[in-house]
Amino acid sequence: MDGPGIGWYLIVAGILFATGAMGVMMRRSPLIVLLSLEIMLNAGNLTLVAFSRQVGGLDGQIFALAVMAVAAGEVAVGLGLIVAMARRGLALDVDRASALKG
Amino acid sequence: MGNVLVWIVWFAAAGGCLASGVAVVSLTNPFVAALALIGNLASLAVLYLLLAAEFLAAAQVLVYAGAVMVMFLFVIAYLGGRADAPWAGGPPLLRSAAVIAAAALLTEVVVVLGLAWGDDLSEPAKVSSSFGSPAAIGELFLTDHLLAFEITSIVLLVAAVGGVVLGTAHPEERT
Repeated sequence: MDGPGIGWYLIVAGILFATGAMGVMMRRSPLIVLLSLEIMLNAGNLTLVAFSRQVGGLDGQIFALAVMAVAAGEVAVGLGLIVAMARRGLALDVDRASALKG
Repeated sequence: MGNVLVWIVWFAAAGGCLASGVAVVSLTNPFVAALALIGNLASLAVLYLLLAAEFLAAAQVLVYAGAVMVMFLFVIAYLGGRADAPWAGGPPLLRSAAVIAAAALLTEVVVVLGLAWGDDLSEPAKVSSSFGSPAAIGELFLTDHLLAFEITSIVLLVAAVGGVVLGTAHPEERT
């Protein structure tokens, strides 16, 4: 094959997913957490597309498009939550939003 | 010769992708972090093009780098200075646990790939030039994956209604 094989893409996707996971776990701003979530979703998408190319079927790309639509919906709801938090004068800090903590 | 060019484009896209990913996670200014995510999404679109997913690359740029990120930037602008996300605070135990968990995840991926390297990984299927074209994707969406297509539209509708409900000001709030 001319160009990198699927393993190279999977390594990039793995590093990207770990980066996003670290952002979700470490950062406290809900905005940055949402951005890191997008990175994780995109790492999954890259894996889907790479395997779709590997097996020669388009189903993986269809799945990736569905993930993209779900991610768009997630951003709409997540940003709505952040705006609602800001409106009520709550701190934009995921560690301090602990009213539902058990 | 085309081979070398593909590798050069791949390394540029993958490097940009990883660098902008690290930038998103580590920057304290959310506006710059969102801009870095746009770079991340754009370089991912280049990787999709190299994987013969033309329609997906176009959708990535339009939906993600276009619509979703504009929404992000609007909210960041709306929140103004309150959106700043300094690193300070947080229990150090939590922070080191996060680093360890991410490192463990990464090690798993690398080990699994290293064990499988050279088996079936290096032989991709032969595909026609219409692979990943809008026509091929559209045909699959309207035949094999019609249900998923319709459910996706319902999910988007529910998310849009939910966003409006969450964003609507209630009378008892200070606005």
